[in-house]
Amino acid sequence: MTNELLNELTFFVLAIFVGFEVISKVPTILHTPLMSGTNAIHGIILVGAILIAAGADSPVTIVLGLIAVTLATTNVVGGFVVTDRMLEMFKGRQPAKRPAEAPVPK
Amino acid sequence: MTTIITLAYLVAAVLFILGLKQLSSPRGARNGNFTAALGMVIALAATIPLLHFTRAGLVIIAIGVVIGAVVGTVGARMVRMTAIPQMVALFNGVGGGAAALVAVAELLKFGVHPPFAEVFPSVFSIVIGSVSFAGSMVAFAKLQELMTGTPITYPGQQVVNGLLAAAIVGFAIAVIAIAAIPFSFLSLMLLALILGVAFVIPIGGADMPVVISLLNACTGLAVAASGFTLNNFALIVAGTLVGASGSLLTKLMSDAMGRSLANVLFGAFGQVHTAATAAAGAQGRSVRSASAEDLGTLLAYSQRVIIVPGYGLAVAQAQHAARELADVLERRGVDVEYAIHPVAGRMPGHMNVLLAEANVPYEQLKEMDQVNDDFKNADVALIVGANDVVNPAARSTPGSPIYGMPILNADQAKNIIFMKRSMRPGFAGIDNDLMFGPKTVMFFGDAKDSLTKLVSAVKAA
Repeated sequence: MTNELLNELTFFVLAIFVGFEVISKVPTILHTPLMSGTNAIHGIILVGAILIAAGADSPVTIVLGLIAVTLATTNVVGGFVVTDRMLEMFKGRQPAKRPAEAPVPK
Repeated sequence: MTTIITLAYLVAAVLFILGLKQLSSPRGARNGNFTAALGMVIALAATIPLLHFTRAGLVIIAIGVVIGAVVGTVGARMVRMTAIPQMVALFNGVGGGAAALVAVAELLKFGVHPPFAEVFPSVFSIVIGSVSFAGSMVAFAKLQELMTGTPITYPGQQVVNGLLAAAIVGFAIAVIAIAAIPFSFLSLMLLALILGVAFVIPIGGADMPVVISLLNACTGLAVAASGFTLNNFALIVAGTLVGASGSLLTKLMSDAMGRSLANVLFGAFGQVHTAATAAAGAQGRSVRSASAEDLGTLLAYSQRVIIVPGYGLAVAQAQHAARELADVLERRGVDVEYAIHPVAGRMPGHMNVLLAEANVPYEQLKEMDQVNDDFKNADVALIVGANDVVNPAARSTPGSPIYGMPILNADQAKNIIFMKRSMRPGFAGIDNDLMFGPKTVMFFGDAKDSLTKLVSAVKAA
């Protein structure tokens, strides 16, 4: 195994733990926005799409690159905008405070 | 120079983690989205300047980014609040598709015998990304009502799906061990697309949020796998974060519905019969309906009214009318509360968002556990466009697709006003005995019109 692969595996395993830990206490009302937010984050595939599209030189790679970049950009932009639209509704109202201060009503 | 890229990716990864952290508390949720978006901008900004672009490469990237940005912005801005779940499904699907295509493009570069460390993640990304793409498109079609929301099942379905999965494993081994030729990995992709469709069609529309969440986690893993193929740290970390948090979120969502994930995904098999007999049993039974004036009087002289909002309220944009009715009742001294089922609407939290938009005071929004014991003291349970979340079959009929789902005890109220557009069954595609109950009065019509009529009736009473 190369060093690079070992490094990558380390990041991978650590990221799994962080991913579990970071959202473990999310209240129900935020399930949908959180799903939408993580959906936007995997739009990072746009970086990968740009990497493969940059060197496109044959008809096949051009078509693949074009579709990949288009789909990935839709994912990133749409993902963040739609999440923001959902969260707009919570802005400056009581719901924005209460669950954080009193997570267990009973 | 690569040091700069690596450092930028590290900053981006930290911002993604902070963003997720903020997104999971109501106070910081909106900032969390901005934080994650900033991470994305930094990762992209660090990647682009150091690339060697071919002329064609530059052109297709520009075209792709412009089209994607326009489609994404317009789609996300124009969509009605009620249609947001399917929009999320769509954006998730295209991400999965992109991950699969990136892996295909990488495999093409390596020739027939790529090193194992490249080909293994590529194959994984192609399969999972394609399943996620096709599955998300079916979820979109179901929620958009382009196809039926009821589970589609046929005899031998599990065998067919099993064979599909086996064929995919076979092709995957062939690509990894024998030859990574375009024919083999394109076949792999095609089979994975078919599996994505086959996997989602037997799942009922009401369970789509859980499925979308699961496919979201899958896309995250596909992106991470593409990251291994490209040796790209940002893709690995961000994709894995989404894969892990998405899996946990999927579990939390199915917990909120009181179901196991396995029951959500595979529950439809073998239930064709039960659903059919239940539907037949409902034929020919009669329901009571009443005029707005009668119902207005009933409401006006109640002491305690619990409103149960559902998807019908969301579709009719009736949240403002509901608040108006609540205001009128409160001025007459009636106690009004809203009972919010965890999956009311079509997504967890959907209803809270809609009612918050209509300025309903937060104290009136009661979650299921808080409100369920209050129904027996309520004079009226006013069900506005909800159905499955008050269906007693979830408690009493073991064969029902929604058996075991926690429901609101609206049937325990002294009177039940059931506002609905028609007798059509709810999203789960099953009949609701509550409509035929002796305490129940049906009030047919569009939720907004009906509520407005009730407001005038209460004022007149």
